[in-house]
Amino acid sequence: MDSSSHDVLLVGGGGAGLRAAIAVAEVNPKLSVAVVSKVYPMRSHTVSAEGGAAGVARPDDSLDEHAYDTISGGDWLCDQDAVEAFVKESREELLQMEHWGCPWSREPDGRIAVRPFGGMKKERTWFAADKTGFHMLHTLFQTSLKYNAITRYDEWFVTKLLVDDGRVQGVVAIELMSGKIQAITSKAVIVCTGGCGKVFPFTTNANIKNGDGMALAYRAGCPLKDMEFVQYHPTGLPFTGILITEAARAEGGYMLNKDGYRYLQDYDLGKPQPGPVLRTMELGPRDRLSQAFVKENEKGRTIEGPYGPVVHLDLRHLGAKLINTKLPFVRELCLKYQNIDPIKELIPVRPVVHYMMGGVHTNMNGATPIKGLYAAGEVACVSINGANRLGSNSLPELLVFGARAGKSAAAFASDQKPAGSAILTQAMDEQRRLEDQFLRKAGGRERVATIREEMQKAVESGAGIYRTAKTLQESANKLQELQGRFLNIALDDHSRTFNTELTSVLELSFMLDVATSIVQCALHRKESRGAHQRTDFPARNDTEYLAHSLVTRKEDGSSQLKYLPVTITRWPPGQRVYGR
Amino acid sequence: MTDKPVYTEFHPRWYRTRVSTYWWLDRTPYVKFILRELSSIFVAFFVVITLLQIRALGQGPQAYPAFQQRLQAPIMIVLNIISLLFVLFHTITWFNLTPKAIVLRVRGRRLPDLLIAAPNYVAWLVVSGLIAWIVTGG
Amino acid sequence: MADKITLEVARYDPQRHTEPTFEKYEVPFRQDWVILDALNYIKDRLDGSLSYRWSCRMGICGSCGMMVDGEPKLTCATFLSSYAPGPVRVEALRNFPIVRDLVIEMTDFMVKLKKVKPWIVRENEKPISQGEYLQTPEQLENYKQFSMCINCLLCYAACPVYGLDNLFTGPAVIALAQRYNLDSRDVGARERREILSDHEGIWGCTFVGECTEVCPKHVDPAGAIQQYKVDAAIDWFKSFLLPRGAK
Repeated sequence: MDSSSHDVLLVGGGGAGLRAAIAVAEVNPKLSVAVVSKVYPMRSHTVSAEGGAAGVARPDDSLDEHAYDTISGGDWLCDQDAVEAFVKESREELLQMEHWGCPWSREPDGRIAVRPFGGMKKERTWFAADKTGFHMLHTLFQTSLKYNAITRYDEWFVTKLLVDDGRVQGVVAIELMSGKIQAITSKAVIVCTGGCGKVFPFTTNANIKNGDGMALAYRAGCPLKDMEFVQYHPTGLPFTGILITEAARAEGGYMLNKDGYRYLQDYDLGKPQPGPVLRTMELGPRDRLSQAFVKENEKGRTIEGPYGPVVHLDLRHLGAKLINTKLPFVRELCLKYQNIDPIKELIPVRPVVHYMMGGVHTNMNGATPIKGLYAAGEVACVSINGANRLGSNSLPELLVFGARAGKSAAAFASDQKPAGSAILTQAMDEQRRLEDQFLRKAGGRERVATIREEMQKAVESGAGIYRTAKTLQESANKLQELQGRFLNIALDDHSRTFNTELTSVLELSFMLDVATSIVQCALHRKESRGAHQRTDFPARNDTEYLAHSLVTRKEDGSSQLKYLPVTITRWPPGQRVYGR
Repeated sequence: MTDKPVYTEFHPRWYRTRVSTYWWLDRTPYVKFILRELSSIFVAFFVVITLLQIRALGQGPQAYPAFQQRLQAPIMIVLNIISLLFVLFHTITWFNLTPKAIVLRVRGRRLPDLLIAAPNYVAWLVVSGLIAWIVTGG
Repeated sequence: MADKITLEVARYDPQRHTEPTFEKYEVPFRQDWVILDALNYIKDRLDGSLSYRWSCRMGICGSCGMMVDGEPKLTCATFLSSYAPGPVRVEALRNFPIVRDLVIEMTDFMVKLKKVKPWIVRENEKPISQGEYLQTPEQLENYKQFSMCINCLLCYAACPVYGLDNLFTGPAVIALAQRYNLDSRDVGARERREILSDHEGIWGCTFVGECTEVCPKHVDPAGAIQQYKVDAAIDWFKSFLLPRGAK
C-alpha cells in the first residue's frame, strides 16, 4: 500500500482547518503539514456563513461583557476559562484576518464597522457585507497558498483514524479521483470536519456536513461531549433549509404569525419596539425563538405552507435602499430560490437545524484525551457555546481554536517519532473492509437514500426542539433498527473512479453513529437547558446537571455516558433573561 | 492529489472533448465575437483603399480619375458597402465596450456606462463633421 | 402542466467507457425544483451510480457547475421550469477533462491560482496590537466586486480562448489577481504584472466577454481583465518614460 507521511495532518479544510494549518506553518516552518479534505477547501461549509464574527471593538465595550453574554447565552454550560481566553483572542484573530486581506465592512473613516447581533448586549459583530464566512474562507484559503510547508490532499475522503500505542498516528483515506485507498501517517491529527446538520431533515447545512470527524474520533475511543445540544436557527426557508441570516432581524425585521402579529412578545422576550433592540424580541437568542415557533404552531397560529408550518419574516418596512446595501444576499436568496422579493413580500420561514454545540471533547488548546488527536471548530466542543451558541461566535471560534489546536499539535508533533509499521497493517485491514463491505459486495436490498431519510425523520421526531423520554426512546430504537439494516445496503456504483455513492454510504454510517449519541445524551439529561428542552423535565437543574455529558465508545461497541462538571470562574449561574 | 504536479498532464483515464474548428457556430455570442474580429479585415481593406487613393492623388492628373473609374466597378461598390457595414459594426461594438476597460469614479460612485461610451460617439460625430466640411469645401 | 420531465445526462466511467454517452431519466416536475434536485432524485431513487459534485445548494460554494442545454450553469440555481417540457441535457463543464460522469478535473485552475499570488503582499506588516489597516468604504468598493468569485469555473467553460489553448490563465484567476492589485492594503501589483503580462496571461484575452455573461456572482471578469490591460499598458509606458518615477 502507498503511504505518505507528514508531521501534522488536518482532516477538513474549512475555516478551522486552514487556520490551524497556517498556525502550524507559522509557529514551526520546518514541520510538514497535510490538509486532507473531502472537497476542495473553498467548498467547505464555512463559505455559507453570512452574519458576522464577534470581537470586542468599541471603546464602550469590554471583554468581560462579551464573556458574560456568551456564558449567559449558553445557559451557564460554558467552560468559563475557555470563554475568557476566547473573547480575548477573538479580537486579535479578526484583526489578523484583516491583515490577511479579509474585506471587513468599514465606517466612513476607514475603521472596522460593527453591527448588533442576537444575544449580544453591545454592538461587537464584525461583518463583510452579508457574506462574512465566504470572505473569511477565501481569505484563509488564498493566504494558505503562501506556505510551501502545507501540502493539500484535495478530495481525499478520510475513513478511519489510525491509532497505535495509545496515540493517533494518521488516517486512512480514499483518493476520490482514482479510488486509491492509502494511509497518510502523521505525528498529530487535527480534526476540523465541521458539524452534523445532515442528521436532521431540515437543516441549513450543506450536503457535506455529516459529522465525519465526530464519528471518526468516537470510533477511535475519544469521548463526544454535549451531543444533545443542537441549535435550531429560527429563520430558514422551508424545503431547501437555506438560512435567512440573523442580520435580517438585526437590521430590524419582524417575525409575524398568521394574524400579522409580532408573536415573540408573548414569550418573555420584551416589548415590541419599532426598531431592533439588542437582546429583545427578534434579537433574542435562537433557541428561545425556535421554541416560540413550536408553541405558536401548537396554538394553531402558524401559516400552513406546502412544506409544513411556517411563520413570516417581514422586511418590507426597512426599504429598498437598506435591503440592497446591508442585506443584498438575503434578497438574492429569496428571489433565486423561492421567487420572493423581500422588499415587497413576506418571507416564509421555520426553524431549521443550524449548528451543533456538541462535538469532540477537547480542552482549551484543542487537545482531546487521546494523545496526538486534536479538534477545532464546530466539530469540537471546548466548550464555549454551552447549551446554546450566540450568533457571530462560531466564526471567531474557528479562528481562535483553530490557531490554538494548530500550535499545540505543532508542539506535540515536534517531539514524536514517526509512525511504526503496525499502522500500515491497520490501514490494509481498513482497505479490505471497505472493499468487502461496499465495493465488491453483491446482494443487499436497502438503498442509501431510504435509510438516510428514515434516520432523519426519526431524529427530528425524537430529538427535535422539544423532547420527551418516550419520543427519545422511540428514536433510539429506530436508530438501532437502522444500524442493522445498514449492513444490508447495496450500492449501484462499483467503480473506483470518483465513487460518490461510496462516500455517501460512508457518510451515512458516520451519521448513524452521531445520531445515536445525540439521542442517548438527550435521553439521559433530565432537565431543560438552552437548546435541549424536555417537556417532561421543563426546569433547569443546576444541582445535578451543571455538567457536560460525555459519551465514549467501549471496546464492545456499546457506549458509556458520564458527566463532567462545568468550569466556573467568575460568573456564578444565573437566570437567562431577555427583553428586560 | 496535491497541487504540486505540472498541470494539463496527460492522464489516460480522463476524457478530453475535442474542440471542433466550428466551435464558434454553437452559440450566438460566439458568432458575434468572430464577426467582430473578422471586421478588422474590412477595416484594413478601407485603410488600403484610402492609401491607394492618396497615392493616386500624388501620381498626377490622370491617375486619380482612372482610380475613381476602377472604384465604380459593381464588385467594388458591393465590397465597399459590405466593408462599410462591418466597419460600422466594429466601431459601435468597440465604443460600447470601452466602459468595461475604463472605470471612473466620481465622489465614490462609478460613472454609468453611457457617460463613458458617449464621448466616443460625440468625438466620432465631431471629427466626421469636420472632415465632411473640409471635403465639401466649407 | 406535465408532471414529469426527462433529463439526458452524460455518463462516463473510464473503467467501462472510452467516451461519454447519454442516458435518459424521467424525474418528477416540480415548480420549485432546480436541476440539482432532479439529479439528487436520480441518484437517490433511480441510479445511485451517477457522480456529480454539490454541497451548499445555495450558490455560494461553487461545486455544482455543469452544462445545461449547452450553457454553463450552477445547477442549484437553475430551475427545471425554465426548460419545460424538456428534455434537458446535462453534461460536465466544458473545456475541462472529464473524470467521471459530471465531474471535471480542476487541478489546472488550482495551480494557476497559486501562481498569481492571491494574497496580500506587503513590504512591512503592521503588528496586530496597532489595529487594522484603515480602508474607507470607497477603497473597499474598488476591489469588492472582484472579491465575490466563488471559483465555480463557469467562466472557464464559457471562454473560447481557454477552450482552444489550455495554457491561458483564464478569467477567474486574472480577476482574483486584479482584486489584490486594487486592494489598498496590497503592494504586489508589480510582481503580479510580471507574472501575467504575457500571451498566456492578460494578453491572451481577446475580450469575447462570455465569462462575464455566465458569472453567477456578477464578478465581471472581462471587465477586470480589460482594466488590467489598461493598467499594464500605462505601467509599461511609465517604465520607460519615467524610469525612476515608475512604481
